[in-house]
Amino acid sequence: MLLIACPHCGNRPETEFRCGGQAHIARPEQPGAIDDQNWSEYLFVRKNPRGVHAERWNHAHGCGRWFNALRDTVSDRFIETYPMGASPKSETTSEARA
Amino acid sequence: MAQPFRLSRGGRIDRSRPIVFEFNGKPIHGYQGDTVASALIANGIHLVGRSFKYHRPRGILSHGPDEPSALLSVDRGPGRVDPNNRASVVEARAGLRTTSQNHWPSLEYDIGAVNDLLSPVFVAGFYYKTFMWPRKFWDKVYEPFIRAAAGLGKAPTQADPDRYANRHAHCDVLIVGAGPAGLAAALAAARTGKRVILADEGPEPGGSLLHDPKAEIDGRLASDWLADTLADLDARENVILLPRTTVFGYYNHNHVAMTERVTDHLPSVAGQAPRERLWQVRAGEVILAGGSHERPLVFADNDRPGILLAESVRVFLNRYGVAPGHRLVVATSGASAYQVALDAKAAGLDVTLVDLRLEADCGPEVTRLRQVGVEVLTGHTVVGSKGRKRVSGLIVAPVESNGRCGARRVIPCDCVGMSGGWTPAVHLFSQSRGKLRYDDALDAFVPNISAQAERSAGAARGTYDLAGCLTEGFAAGAAASGSSETRTFGASPTLTGFQPVRVMPTDADPTRVRAFVDYQNDVTAKDIKLAVREGFQSIEHVKRYTTTGMATDQGKTSNMNALGIVAGQLDKALPAVGTTTFRPPYTPVTFGALVGPARHALFDPIRTTPIHGWAESHGATFENVALWRRAWYFPKAGEDLHEAVARECKAVREGVGIFDASTLGKIEVVGPDAAEFMNRMYVNPWAKLANGRCRYGLMLKEDGYILDDGVVARVSDQCFHVTTTTGGAARVLGHMEDYLQTEWPDLQVFLTSTTEQWAVIALQGPKARQVIEPLVEGIDLSPEAFPHMAMRTGTICGVPTRLFRVSFTGELGFEINVPSDHALAVWEAIFSAGEPHGITPYGTETMHVLRAEKGYIIVGQETDGTVTPDDVGMAGMIAKTKVDFVGKRSLARPDVIATTGRKQLVGLMTEDPKLVLDEGAQIVADPNQPIPMRMLGHVTSSYWSPNCNRSIALALVADGRALMGRTLHITTPDGFTRATVSEAVFFDTKGERVNA
Repeated sequence: MLLIACPHCGNRPETEFRCGGQAHIARPEQPGAIDDQNWSEYLFVRKNPRGVHAERWNHAHGCGRWFNALRDTVSDRFIETYPMGASPKSETTSEARA
Repeated sequence: MAQPFRLSRGGRIDRSRPIVFEFNGKPIHGYQGDTVASALIANGIHLVGRSFKYHRPRGILSHGPDEPSALLSVDRGPGRVDPNNRASVVEARAGLRTTSQNHWPSLEYDIGAVNDLLSPVFVAGFYYKTFMWPRKFWDKVYEPFIRAAAGLGKAPTQADPDRYANRHAHCDVLIVGAGPAGLAAALAAARTGKRVILADEGPEPGGSLLHDPKAEIDGRLASDWLADTLADLDARENVILLPRTTVFGYYNHNHVAMTERVTDHLPSVAGQAPRERLWQVRAGEVILAGGSHERPLVFADNDRPGILLAESVRVFLNRYGVAPGHRLVVATSGASAYQVALDAKAAGLDVTLVDLRLEADCGPEVTRLRQVGVEVLTGHTVVGSKGRKRVSGLIVAPVESNGRCGARRVIPCDCVGMSGGWTPAVHLFSQSRGKLRYDDALDAFVPNISAQAERSAGAARGTYDLAGCLTEGFAAGAAASGSSETRTFGASPTLTGFQPVRVMPTDADPTRVRAFVDYQNDVTAKDIKLAVREGFQSIEHVKRYTTTGMATDQGKTSNMNALGIVAGQLDKALPAVGTTTFRPPYTPVTFGALVGPARHALFDPIRTTPIHGWAESHGATFENVALWRRAWYFPKAGEDLHEAVARECKAVREGVGIFDASTLGKIEVVGPDAAEFMNRMYVNPWAKLANGRCRYGLMLKEDGYILDDGVVARVSDQCFHVTTTTGGAARVLGHMEDYLQTEWPDLQVFLTSTTEQWAVIALQGPKARQVIEPLVEGIDLSPEAFPHMAMRTGTICGVPTRLFRVSFTGELGFEINVPSDHALAVWEAIFSAGEPHGITPYGTETMHVLRAEKGYIIVGQETDGTVTPDDVGMAGMIAKTKVDFVGKRSLARPDVIATTGRKQLVGLMTEDPKLVLDEGAQIVADPNQPIPMRMLGHVTSSYWSPNCNRSIALALVADGRALMGRTLHITTPDGFTRATVSEAVFFDTKGERVNA
């Protein structure tokens, strides 16, 4: 079970959280002005990297707040968690691995 | 009372506390501190089971958790029967009834042993090769046969009466294994003040020290050092010492699972003590000091009862004071077994040692052993054994310089201790996703790169000498606690080092030799070689094809030998073959421990409303809706579901019905931007909704499909009382919070779930107003002052209420929201007031029928996550003037605006009015078309309608609105039936009754 550092509550077990998928995908300001291709990418197309991934997490059974996290999808290591609207301090490129 | 093989002294058993338990119905005498295995051996019993495939007589191989053969069914009393317990780890105690497994009619005379004679048939992949054809044999012949033959023990048939506990814990340092390395680690960590948990699977901490009484540590007897160390740890408040606790799973981020066996070893249990306790520990650092496992030697008939692992012979002698036999042959390819021979000789056994190694490759151990008068045969192989239900001789032969075997010699014996070297227990390390490294000198995989905050120490990482284990353990304990302290321990030297051997050299035809690699699955070296010849190259495939390394022991004794044989066959180096994946659990875990208290009423939370007790006492039948338990219908004496629902449906339309709608999700949307937020979340327009008015709200996901619906009341300019579906409450709040927090944090809105705070009493029917009129204060109930889809605040029975005039039945109706604490009192008052009017309580089934008569949809029943507002005929609700709301852009998706082919909500009238269609039934235009037919859609809701006096159904049908009046064909269990497409409203089609 993952141990996740909620930026507001600190370390909590994974069962308190819900993962909301890839982070930093802003809803278009004017969806009506977006063509079908771009709208379908906004709706459905997500990255699935091997390595560091920026994800949305919700502390559903805790403070209820959404936040972002950088997680290495190979090691499951959390590089950092940070509040909504903030940018990560770390690089989001894949970690080097042996 | 006689225990003929009990030594006159020695061991850690308590000779002042004799115990008696049962084995196959016979009393077995032993002492407190015995395992079932040691007590059986003390009584000269080695034959304890029949093997899985060949039903060969099998004995006790090991003294510990790696035991593959001695699996017993253990009966601890009524309902407390457990199969496949390892005799080597079950603590003997009074009252235990143990029985051997996998034989008929008895352990001694087993008909299944005929399989042994047929062994040429049961080769690797036997199942895949045999049960291929004919096809029709599968159900009647093959499957029953396989099922009957599968498994060893018998699963218990009664419910488990025991209690199981569950505990979460945190610590700085978790140490797995309380042998020399683990104890030294604990000493080092404890001194730093860190919180330490030290878990060991045995009943007594100490590990190898428990059977090494003559060893010395820092100039003192190891047993004294052990006692002092345990006293030191025990006195510290920052140390939790857990015996009988198996660490079985190592998960992400140092989440470690272990089971503590709390009471199985006790003859009687006081109070409510649990049988086992599941610990889930989140550790800052983990130290793996779980030791190592000895490898058997692979030679013909190496599985006879009386043939044990060499170190296990030593454990039985030294720890339990039991001689596994009178005449012992130690067969080895390494040095550690010499200590076994020395200890056995000292205990008075007649000992011979056979070593595969050439004399020149051996150390001073040979001389030491010869000095005490033991015959040592170096450069000798073992080519077989004599005996049937007990070994009676070991057949050995010298290995000539050309590799051939010399003249055979039979060494008479009643016990063999064999050692093919050692394998570090890297199971937990591998579970933690650490990377292994193959160490040539150790002929073993050892921990290399850690994936988590973890380190291994002692034999678990291939350090086999006592001083090394202590020194390494201490350093690991210090380092895990952030200290750099080191301590060098002095200890008596340990005999280490071995020559790897996969299969013992033999002069026999290798295609006929049955040398067992995996005892539990009856896998021989020959089987593994055959699998490789048949093309299986991956060790994972060989494992599954031959079943080597599977079942309850997971190949603890066999894996390295199997791996070596595969590598040899493929002519590859061991690391190129790799290991199979180690997965939890390390040893078997009871279901009880995993389930813990989550049984019966605690299995899943059950939510009930404040009216629940009233419904129960009025005879309601309940149904589960999400986690809620809701009144389904209220049968009167003799009524079935249909009769009760018919009566309830009529009562609502003709008089008045009362319904508990408290499970409706409720969300209070408050703030200066509440209306703007509502505008963005729902398809409907909210800005102009007047205070005190309601609107049916439809909510979409961003993909344009319906997510939820419900009536929303505007309480004030800045406050909306939102209702959701019962099952959708949490989902809708989460959906709203997501947008509010992540997309529009600038909006000043608060969202609060009020589902549990407001109870809702639905009063529906033409007489509803008459019933509540005398109870309501502060609200003008007249149709003019309080029209349909309005909300007023006031009091009912003196209780504050948000009174909604809304209807999910199509009748005049009220949904009376009152604080939950007062709900029962209000409900009872309304019920009393309604009795002169014939008030009828109704349940969810009637609610469903009544709304279907009106064509009102239920999200999740008429919709399935691919349904748009237009599909259910609600396009007209969408605000025309709003630039944006969640889902709006998707309503312009090419597939959504497609002019043909979308499934639309319609009614279906069966030609036979008595026939109630199945919900989910498929709909086609022409039942005679070839298969696969084109499905037009499916029935979403279907009921007998008492008010229409016929069946009614709602359906999603492709282009359904263009098919009005057409006949379609719907599947039934008896073939197709015919129905006419109609409007999705069956009663009061003009909708006048709600305005009464």
